[in-house]
Amino acid sequence: MKSVQKHSQISRLVYATLAFLFIFTMNLSAQADATAGKSLFNANCAACHKLDKKLVGPALGKISERREMEWLKAWIKDNNALRASGDADAIAIYEEYKGSPMTAFPQLSDTDIENLVAYMDADPVKKAGVAQMVAVEEVKEEGSSVWITYTVLFIILALILWVYLKSNNGFLKIVATIIVLLNIAYFGFTALLEVGVDQGYQPVQPIAFSHRIHAGENKIDCQYCHSAAKHSKSSGIPSTNICMNCHKNIAEVSEETATAEYSKAFYDGEIQKLYKAAGWDAENLEYTGESEPIKWIRIHNLPDFAYYNHSQHVTVAGLKCQKCHGPVEEMEEVYQYSPLTMGWCIDCHKETQVKMEGNGYYKNIHEELSKKYGVDKVTAAQMGGKECGKCHY
Amino acid sequence: MKNTIYKLFTLLTFVVALTSCSEDKTKPTSRYMPDMYTSVAYEPYGENNVLPSGMDSQAPVSGAIARGQVPYDYEDSIDGYEAAKKKLKSPLSVHELSSEKGKSLYGIYCVVCHGKKGDGQGYLVKREKFLGIPNYKDRDITEGSIYHVLMYGKNLMGSHSSQLTREERWQVVNYVQTLRNNLLK
Ligand code: HEC
Ligand code: HEC
Ligand code: HEC
Ligand code: HEC
Ligand code: HEC
Ligand code: HEC
Repeated sequence: MKSVQKHSQISRLVYATLAFLFIFTMNLSAQADATAGKSLFNANCAACHKLDKKLVGPALGKISERREMEWLKAWIKDNNALRASGDADAIAIYEEYKGSPMTAFPQLSDTDIENLVAYMDADPVKKAGVAQMVAVEEVKEEGSSVWITYTVLFIILALILWVYLKSNNGFLKIVATIIVLLNIAYFGFTALLEVGVDQGYQPVQPIAFSHRIHAGENKIDCQYCHSAAKHSKSSGIPSTNICMNCHKNIAEVSEETATAEYSKAFYDGEIQKLYKAAGWDAENLEYTGESEPIKWIRIHNLPDFAYYNHSQHVTVAGLKCQKCHGPVEEMEEVYQYSPLTMGWCIDCHKETQVKMEGNGYYKNIHEELSKKYGVDKVTAAQMGGKECGKCHY
Repeated sequence: MKNTIYKLFTLLTFVVALTSCSEDKTKPTSRYMPDMYTSVAYEPYGENNVLPSGMDSQAPVSGAIARGQVPYDYEDSIDGYEAAKKKLKSPLSVHELSSEKGKSLYGIYCVVCHGKKGDGQGYLVKREKFLGIPNYKDRDITEGSIYHVLMYGKNLMGSHSSQLTREERWQVVNYVQTLRNNLLK
């Protein structure tokens, strides 16, 4: 009797452990399902479906609240056949999305589809550990050093004034005059040299488009957007259809993209501005037809009496954009990196050697030129990059 | 004497004041003889209050064909896609096709999404910004259908016809087929 009792206790323990293990493994396998489902979903379905939003096809979050598993299997494997069999639900949903049939996925097994459904039914995982963004007021130290300069300047000015008005020492007066004249020359020339040179110019653009995010973090090639650079004088600013190649899908930025300076809400608002300009209805995912031009403010602008051509430098010479435009992929807002003065153009032409290899058109010219100048490498200047008429005509 | 000194002094302060004003980087500096900087000729992307859209660049009249261009006859529809898939062939001969050119163009325009090998693992996919890019080997595509997709786009992929010329599109198509064949091996 006693031993039996003991036995049952042990067996209860065993049962409990087994049950526990069972539930535990169930849990584990359910989780594995959802992860496998996620990668399947990202590879096969994400082009047309999101969990929480309509895309090409309907939102699929909590799908099994709407559909039976058997129906889902039939639909996903071959929705066309399901429709042909006269299934009312299948025909109804097809009618609702008329014009864009869903791809058939005969390669997916029943387990694959169960995994997929597990993923679609799971609660969306919130990314943990996203710190609250706190805007930190930067204490500007600059102020103090500026004031030191001003104080020193003021003292010097006061001294000079004193020399002129109060002192009778002729030598001091001559020295003071020389200092004054030198100063006028220095500041005068600096002021004159700045006329028409916009180095550092950084206007506020109508959409806070960030090259740091696009060309830097996401490594989009410069010429994906500035696609005219390879053929024409102008590099071109992309029209909205090029933005929409990605932004039909990317309606908001992720949490990690936000910085201390700009919040996620700010960036999302900027994307909404793009949608307004392109005339894109983000709810129904279609163009409204009411588009408007984005008035980007031009930064680099040579005077019209100078001719500069991008294809000559980008395609023929093979120069990197960064050589002239600086580290654009790090700029939140673009600024003019180079002075764009004539001296700047000429300096580079004097220094840069022309790429001779593999250019049949240039072969003869290059041979003659290198004989004429007695060098094996010809610079752009020797080839004519210093002649007035090449840029001014 | 004193008068000149005062004049010099005011000039100096004036000049200092002038040079210290150019701190605001959001405004362009002043220009000497601005009418030589901006001529009356139209610039690309200029604003224009004479022309209808308010811009210097105008869309061509519908139906216009640019010099050297060949119109594309297939419709932007499922039927057009199927027709292009079966009938459309590359006009470039083997000698004109260059895998180097195709590769560099593919690197600029397609790699961010489709990945170097064409396996759908582009940088945007890896960063989970843009999902659902197919592996070329899973799609039953021909040179005609690839060209068609470049012209009009398909579902979430947009049209890339404005970024590439006709010849460049065929170079890319050829390179995509090379990638696909490598993947199928
Ligand atoms: C080419 C785009 C496309 C792809 C890829 C795609 N779907 Fe769909 N899906 C659609 C469209 C469009 C509909 C709406 C019905 C229709 O028009 O046929 C739809 C409908 C559905 C439905 C029915 C929804 C409902 O409310 O009844 C399910 C379930 C579904 N898709 C699951 C999937 C799964 C799972 C995958 C990946 C294996 C997938 N889809 C891949 C376009 C797509
Ligand atoms: C996603 C599209 C996109 C990519 C990629 C891109 N740009 Fe831009 N770029 C723009 C847009 C839009 C503007 C106009 C708004 C502005 O000035 O910020 C612009 C402006 C510029 C300007 C200033 C034009 C002017 O008004 O003078 C320069 C220079 C420039 N880009 C260079 C680059 C370089 C170099 C790269 C590669 C590192 C690059 N861009 C990548 C879209 C892009
Ligand atoms: C090749 C894909 C691609 C193209 C083309 C593209 N974007 Fe983006 N864009 C992105 C990605 C990726 C993000 C960042 C999303 C994230 O971080 O989650 C983004 C973010 C943004 C943002 C929010 C951050 C910021 O920069 O302020 C704006 C606004 C934006 N894009 C505007 C544009 C405009 C305007 C164009 C066209 C000139 C354009 N995009 C073209 C991929 C693209
Ligand atoms: C040799 C120097 C140089 C190189 C290399 C260069 N640029 Fe420029 N870029 C300029 C100059 C100079 C201007 C001003 C042109 C004008 O006002 O006519 C300019 C203007 C621009 C503009 C403003 C719009 C326009 O086209 O006038 C953009 C955008 C631009 N560049 C992008 C690029 C991109 C992208 C690359 C790389 C593919 C590149 N640039 C390479 C010198 C250069
Ligand atoms: C970073 C170096 C660099 C800068 C800056 C630069 N160029 Fe050039 N440029 C070159 C090179 C290299 C070539 C030769 C290309 C070739 O033909 O192979 C060239 C060629 C030219 C040519 C054609 C010359 C010929 O023989 O036909 C013109 C015109 C020209 N540049 C104008 C300009 C102007 C205008 C500027 C200033 C706004 C400028 N370049 C700035 C490097 C530069
Ligand atoms: C912004 C991301 C993006 C870029 C850039 C992009 N694609 Fe795509 N591509 C897609 C997506 C998404 C699909 C899946 C479309 C669908 O639902 O069938 C796709 C599908 C395709 C297909 C298969 C179409 C079919 O018939 O099934 C081909 C071929 C293709 N792309 C070629 C290219 C080429 C070539 C380029 C470069 C010029 C390119 N893509 C650039 C996103 C992109």
